[in-house]
Amino acid sequence: MSPLQIKKGSSKHSAYDLRDPNAEVIETHTLAVSVDNESGVLARVIGLFSARGYNIDSLTVAEVDHLGHRSRITVVTSGTPQVITQIKAQLERMVVVHEVHDLTVEGPSVQRELALFKVQGKGEHRIEALRLAEIFRANVVDSTLESFIFEMTGTPEKVDAFAVLMQPLGLTEVARTGVAALARGKK
Amino acid sequence: MVVQALKDQGVEVVFGYPGGAVLPIYDEVFQQNDIRHILVRHEQGAIHAAEGYARSTGKPGVVLVTSGPGATNVVTGIVDALMDSIPIVVLSGQVPTFMIGSDAFQEGDTVGITRPCTKMNWLVKETDKLAETIHQAFHVATTGRPGPVLVDIPKDVQFATGTYVEKPKAKTDHYKPRVKGDIDAITRLVEMIETAEKPVFYTGGGVINSGPAASQLLRELAEATGFPVTSTLMGLGAYPASGKSWLGMLGMHGTYEANWVMHDCDLMINIGARFDDRITGRLNAFSPNSKKAHIDIDPSSINKVITVDVPIVGDVGHVLEDLLNIWKARGRKVNREALGRWWKQIEEWKSIDCLAYKPSSGSIRPQHAIARLEALTKGMDRYITTEVGQHQMWAAQYLGFEDPNRWMTSGGLGTMGYGLPASVGVQIAHPDALVINVAGEASWLMNMQEMGTAMQYRAPVKQFILNNERLGMVRQWQELLHGERYSSSWSEALPDFVKLADAFGCKGIRCDNEADLDDAIREMLAYDGPVIFDCLVEKHENCFPMIPSGNAHNEMILGDVDTQGVIGASGAVLV
Ligand SMILES: Cc1ncc(C[n+]2csc(CCOP(=O)(O)OP(=O)(O)O)c2C)c(N)n1
Ligand SMILES: [Mg+2]
Repeated sequence: MSPLQIKKGSSKHSAYDLRDPNAEVIETHTLAVSVDNESGVLARVIGLFSARGYNIDSLTVAEVDHLGHRSRITVVTSGTPQVITQIKAQLERMVVVHEVHDLTVEGPSVQRELALFKVQGKGEHRIEALRLAEIFRANVVDSTLESFIFEMTGTPEKVDAFAVLMQPLGLTEVARTGVAALARGKK
Repeated sequence: MVVQALKDQGVEVVFGYPGGAVLPIYDEVFQQNDIRHILVRHEQGAIHAAEGYARSTGKPGVVLVTSGPGATNVVTGIVDALMDSIPIVVLSGQVPTFMIGSDAFQEGDTVGITRPCTKMNWLVKETDKLAETIHQAFHVATTGRPGPVLVDIPKDVQFATGTYVEKPKAKTDHYKPRVKGDIDAITRLVEMIETAEKPVFYTGGGVINSGPAASQLLRELAEATGFPVTSTLMGLGAYPASGKSWLGMLGMHGTYEANWVMHDCDLMINIGARFDDRITGRLNAFSPNSKKAHIDIDPSSINKVITVDVPIVGDVGHVLEDLLNIWKARGRKVNREALGRWWKQIEEWKSIDCLAYKPSSGSIRPQHAIARLEALTKGMDRYITTEVGQHQMWAAQYLGFEDPNRWMTSGGLGTMGYGLPASVGVQIAHPDALVINVAGEASWLMNMQEMGTAMQYRAPVKQFILNNERLGMVRQWQELLHGERYSSSWSEALPDFVKLADAFGCKGIRCDNEADLDDAIREMLAYDGPVIFDCLVEKHENCFPMIPSGNAHNEMILGDVDTQGVIGASGAVLV
């Protein structure tokens, strides 16, 4: 691979899987899992992760098709390439699982989460917080004379960055939804 | 409705134990004659009996238990069936829907408790869904990689009347695992078969689960190619022990030749096995120079522990059929000359005679007891179950299995107490066959109450207990690993097994010297009814060959010489 200067683990945008399955690099993948919407499904999926020692970095779940009785679980997980492959295989064989899509390798995708931030402060801090919120396109959804709640959607990185900036300005609480993701394009 | 659904599924036998929350179903069972109910003495006995039934017939085993303690008592068996891929359908009663969550009498979160150890489970809250769910349960348990499922049925749902959905009308959903292997991958494997110089078939329980046709195809393939065959504990009988390509079992207590073949081969063809740690030994030293192919119906088994060159997802029978056809169509090629050299090497390994044991000085060597059992039952219509421990490994080493579904043992979970109830289940399925449970005294005591079941249903099971008055396998590990400090590995205060047999109303036989052994075994075989055979054997015999944990296949130990410190520090933490 060296003449092409393709780094191991960078197969995201390649037609070929060039990743070394034995490499010990830790990768982060976003999986979209289509499941039957019945009781216990979430416990089943989470149970798989805890029983086999897989990581869950973020997890969202909601019904997406009422008639078809389907929910979509979006899970962000990390592990070596071999572990990621195992996670997908383990998910796929579950009776309640219809489809598993690895959005990280299947092409470009859009990833968003929604976050709420409570920031307390007065004077300069309050003005600075508002100014930064504007830059980040965060909306004020609640306000008192001494606090704001900002609402923001964005990639997890953007949410992280905003939280870091708000820290010295009086950030007291954060609530995040976790990542929702869709593959880009028509299909 | 439950009984109707079971009839539709072709169920003939149910193993169970009643209680408040399943009384309506028991009432239905009472009022019909198509399905036979076997009343066990403990719910764990029911599920192991169902496992024995399933394993020896290829049909799903059915268990019926009550809520709470009835359901928790089957958990061990559910995990056992999951690990060994045995199709089991458990029906459990539950407190009525309006009482769920109120800590009602004998309420337990059965679907919660069994979620991680079933292939799938359901709590049925509407009577209209009951029949369909039971049909789905049978579908899931028996399709793809088989496994245990559980249907939890609240008592009000059992009482209510609803619409019955017939089997063909039940939606079996999207659950349709693929059975046909990828033809390109199979063709690649054929190419490798044509040129391999040092090949081996490494077969497992998947061949048995795939059905008798798969075993037949394996035999044909092995005969036609002349490749050596070894098998895991779970796969014994798929290829006959008398077959000329047979190397014996592989793994921790496998034969010298089988493990060396695995280590030195250049082409390993895994058919329905899963690279379990008892098989591989130290992973980074596992068969370092081979190309590996893996045929498995479960995609998650592939590349889980060992990365393979040719993965083939599919049912063993289907894949072997395609494999044979392609190989034949391409001219049935193998590298005969290299194979000749390979077999010469194998004969050298065989000449070590790794299963030889020292002659006895009066007392019975356990290996000898099994060897005699083998000799005296050869050619009989014989089924063997085992408990867990040294006796289990000796049974695997010294008994020869000529056919699939004749060997029932707890492999993945290693459940002591499996063998006796399993033998009852096997005997219920095959009333006229010879069913022997090769047991250790400690394991046997764990579910000995099931002798009552054997008596009640006139199941003439033979309990062949290798009594070393020790938790032998534990003692062996303590000898090798813990400086011979035998912490709690003595079987103290053992019952008198002959008197115990008397108490149950069956026959008891004791034998404590080699001279009488053959006659005693013959007496057991001739007796028309259950027998408890107390075979007093050498107390400190070790089970060899052995690959100590953390070692490689070529670092096997063969005998009593030099067993101190054989398990290194890194191996000591392994199990
Ligand atoms: C339920 C259960 N508990 C503990 C163990 C651990 N264990 C494995 S073998 C063994 C000793 C079995 O003794 P026995 O049945 O007498 O067989 P032997 O090894 O002496 O032939 C034990 C305690 C187990 N496998 N299963
Ligand atoms: Mg013992």
